[in-house]
Amino acid sequence: MKILVPVKRVVDHNVKIRVKTDGTGVDLANAKMSMNPFDEIAVEQAVRMKEDGEASEVVVVSVGPAQAQEVLRTALAMGADRAILVVAEGRVEPLAVAKILQRVAQAEEAGMIIVGKQAIDDDCNQTGQMLSALLGWSQATFASKIEMSGGSALVTREIDGGLQQIELTLPAVVTADLRLNEPRYASLPNIMKAKKKPLVQQTPNELSVSVAPRLNVLRVEEPAARASGIKVGSVAELLDKLKTEAAVI
Amino acid sequence: MATLLFADHDNASLSEHSARALGAALQIGAEVDILIAGQGAAPAAEAAAALVGVRRVLLAEGDALAERLAEPVAALIVQLSGDYDTILAPATSSGKNVLPRVAALLDVMQVSEVTEVVSPDTFKRPIYAGNAIEVVQSAEAVRVLTVRSASFTPAAAGSAVAPIIAIKPPVAPVLSSFRQNLLSANDRPDLSSARIVVSGGRALGSKERFEATINPLADKLGAAVGASRAAVDAGYAANDFQVGQTGKVVAPDLYIACGISGAIQHLAGMKDSRVIVAINTDGEAPIFQVADYGIVGDIFDIVPQMERAL
Repeated sequence: MKILVPVKRVVDHNVKIRVKTDGTGVDLANAKMSMNPFDEIAVEQAVRMKEDGEASEVVVVSVGPAQAQEVLRTALAMGADRAILVVAEGRVEPLAVAKILQRVAQAEEAGMIIVGKQAIDDDCNQTGQMLSALLGWSQATFASKIEMSGGSALVTREIDGGLQQIELTLPAVVTADLRLNEPRYASLPNIMKAKKKPLVQQTPNELSVSVAPRLNVLRVEEPAARASGIKVGSVAELLDKLKTEAAVI
Repeated sequence: MATLLFADHDNASLSEHSARALGAALQIGAEVDILIAGQGAAPAAEAAAALVGVRRVLLAEGDALAERLAEPVAALIVQLSGDYDTILAPATSSGKNVLPRVAALLDVMQVSEVTEVVSPDTFKRPIYAGNAIEVVQSAEAVRVLTVRSASFTPAAAGSAVAPIIAIKPPVAPVLSSFRQNLLSANDRPDLSSARIVVSGGRALGSKERFEATINPLADKLGAAVGASRAAVDAGYAANDFQVGQTGKVVAPDLYIACGISGAIQHLAGMKDSRVIVAINTDGEAPIFQVADYGIVGDIFDIVPQMERAL
């Protein structure tokens, strides 16, 4: 079984972003960029499944600018076999990404797609579900465990209030939650080896997908700031403030 | 045209998130129908029918819908979509699971985690863990939205009752099947809709100390228990206690952060709380920047003191 893992290049999760003063977006100039952390978990899962003999090949794919090659190389260094970059500049919405991934999955005849549950830049949480719908495959979102048995996969999902186990008929799309695994660090020899692994480039045009955004972003604003609070000296003072000033207890 | 609200429920009862999502749906202005998809879900449908502002409740029942798996529920909503120009759901694990699938089948882009309805086609939503707010306009034929329930006031239950109409779900191929739910036994209020939340961080040091320190205060206040990602990663609290960008987003009247430093991912999940209290030994911890009231000190000393003084 071939596993396809879509990965997104996003601002590193440690970077504190700033809203541009003209309201046109977020200033990412010179910001450190990395692989979306949930996609890193997806790559780790696919690589482990290959190591366990459950997958024959791990193909990583990214939709983004030329620099997205760097995150694909990271995925190759973690153990993926080859990479596909679909070059698209600017804002590409989850629906367009899902359409591109649908074409790639069909061409690759993938048996499973594992993808991060959400990207930490747009926080959309859509791509995996949309991709599953377009392919007409089964889906399991927010996975914390994947167990393979023959033609199906038993997936444990994180839901409100606890966990849910569902069984998926393959092929399937699974979206990775935080606790599916802990991604490895690529070793130096593997980083060197990754440079020689195949990475091919395509364009949305070649796949007959339009990446023109459907939603119109009117502006991007600063979140409302909280008024600065006070430090209190004792528990008695705190409880008094909560009772009389804030009236919450 | 009208709005269809895909409700969050467990067949036996309607969740608070559905009433809050109705609050958002009514702001759009059109009439609102509530869809209850489930099995043996008449109690949830009756609760929905009693909410003020509902035109009618559509009740679709079947074995495949019992646990609201994404594939059959999405097929059901798509079948109903012709009568609606807005389809929305609370951004719960169920809503987030199903609605993007609906959006793709209708070939429209979804607007996720709406926190404000600016106009019927324009919405505000947080991006970058809430560090920026996107104002986005949708010209799609059907607007598909998930709404952050903490940002909206719940619709109340009234004396009038909307009609409940049984509908037949479409026959869809079975792609996945339910095995079991492993729900945490917990008689405290639901974390994402509780009025008071007491949260613990890594400073608690162990599962035992987390429970011995946080739970008594939460019980005294009738509060839900939350945790930072660090505390969950360390195994001090269950996964579904996590508050933050990738966990639950809460906005209670009172949020008490105990031994939580305040990483931006955690702040994203609680900074819209009405009143925030921070207790931390490090007076420079970022949590104090969002706290209304802070105490610099040892949680193992201060939290039990609070519990005794209440």
